[in-house]
Amino acid sequence: MKYLDEYRDERIAHGLVAEITRCVTRPWVLMEICGGQTHTIMRYGLDELLPPEIELVHGPGCPVCVTPLETIDKAIALALRPDVTLVSYGDMLRVPGSNSDLFRAKAQGGDVRIAYSPLEAVKVARANPDRKVVFLAIGFETTAPPNAMAAFQAKREGLKNFSMLVSHVLVPPAIRALMTSRQNRVQAFIAPGHVCTVMGFQEYEALVRDFAVPIVVGGFEPADLLEAVLMLVKQLEQGEARIENQYVRSVSYAGNLAAQQIMKEVFEVADQKWRGIGPIPNSGLRLREEYRAHDANKVFDLQLVTADEPAECISAMVLQGLKKPTDCPAFAMRCTPENPLGAPMVSAEGACAAYYHYRRHTVAS
Amino acid sequence: MCLAVPGKIVSAEECNGLRSARVQFGGITRQVSLDFVPEAAVGDYVLVHVGFAISVVNAEEAQRTYQLLEEMGVLEEELPQEAEVADEGRR
Ligand code: SF4
Repeated sequence: MKYLDEYRDERIAHGLVAEITRCVTRPWVLMEICGGQTHTIMRYGLDELLPPEIELVHGPGCPVCVTPLETIDKAIALALRPDVTLVSYGDMLRVPGSNSDLFRAKAQGGDVRIAYSPLEAVKVARANPDRKVVFLAIGFETTAPPNAMAAFQAKREGLKNFSMLVSHVLVPPAIRALMTSRQNRVQAFIAPGHVCTVMGFQEYEALVRDFAVPIVVGGFEPADLLEAVLMLVKQLEQGEARIENQYVRSVSYAGNLAAQQIMKEVFEVADQKWRGIGPIPNSGLRLREEYRAHDANKVFDLQLVTADEPAECISAMVLQGLKKPTDCPAFAMRCTPENPLGAPMVSAEGACAAYYHYRRHTVAS
Repeated sequence: MCLAVPGKIVSAEECNGLRSARVQFGGITRQVSLDFVPEAAVGDYVLVHVGFAISVVNAEEAQRTYQLLEEMGVLEEELPQEAEVADEGRR
């Protein structure tokens, strides 16, 4: 495992840890929402540097992990159609559907292509007018404006052969669902820095008010996360609940208005199912009626029977911060990144994969 | 997929009605849309997510963040080859 010793800002980090240790008097449970932050925490062993009073639990912030099984099944079914080219972000290929995954669909002759940007999917449609090109548009608020731009561009160009299978998730409704759950243990949140780069942090004010829960917008570097933890601990210890911004170098109160505008133009808020968690009201996005010609759910007749998740996968508990990946009996045994049983083992940002890469050996010994 | 990678704008142009740039990340360059950062100019550093710049950042921070992402080994996932789609499309 790689620890902080090779990390440049080691001195800053140790200073922050000392300050956190000085401030803390009681146990606190903090959740980082974003999978990118989970990855940094595991990679640098930040959780093990913190005083024992502070428990970090990992939230549902991996868009790959929470994309519903039904959506994966639809994408696989589309990919296997001879007239369809399915374009996806690379980390979706190994996500298990009910019976298969996109990687296998590709091996079976399905035309599956990996894109780095949604505009590349539009490019494929432009270059192949005889193919029906479907883009699997997943992501949080950070990815929604780029995906929206793809639909906007296709509509503007009148690209009839381009559609999107949309599975977008929103962070604030997920925090609301966690806070209203009777099982909730989380007492403070680190909000995701790149989501807030796009959305700003005004949306989080209502959460702070309604649940009296401290929220700090945090970046992705070790020192960012430790500073966010310190800001939260100070609030908790003083009995305060405010929204604060640690990631000022990228996040403003109002966010990126140009990005928000295209997102609103193309998408509208809708109920959304989260894999492992279930439906959360108003927690997703769907294409507006004006974009129905580019909505794969409307262009294709997609009636599918979906099987259940493997019973031994406890990803629902993991994604809600109720269990750690290492509590799962399948972890690193029957479930590995090469043969994932559940989605959180697939993406580098999934909590199970992060534990697998950085904690497997410590746990075993 | 939650990450954004900082890079430097080396050239900018209009392409299919969208403002687009070549952005340099360490040793590689990628085509990046500047539609969400109208204020960005050649020489600026931007945070890039799935081919779109989402904010302008200062040069020193950009370099530090880039090195960190490199050290974490996540760049390959965030900046995959852009050729696959485009080249197959042209066949
Ligand atoms: S280790 Fe695998 S089976 Fe267990 S919760 Fe994580 S993804 Fe599911």
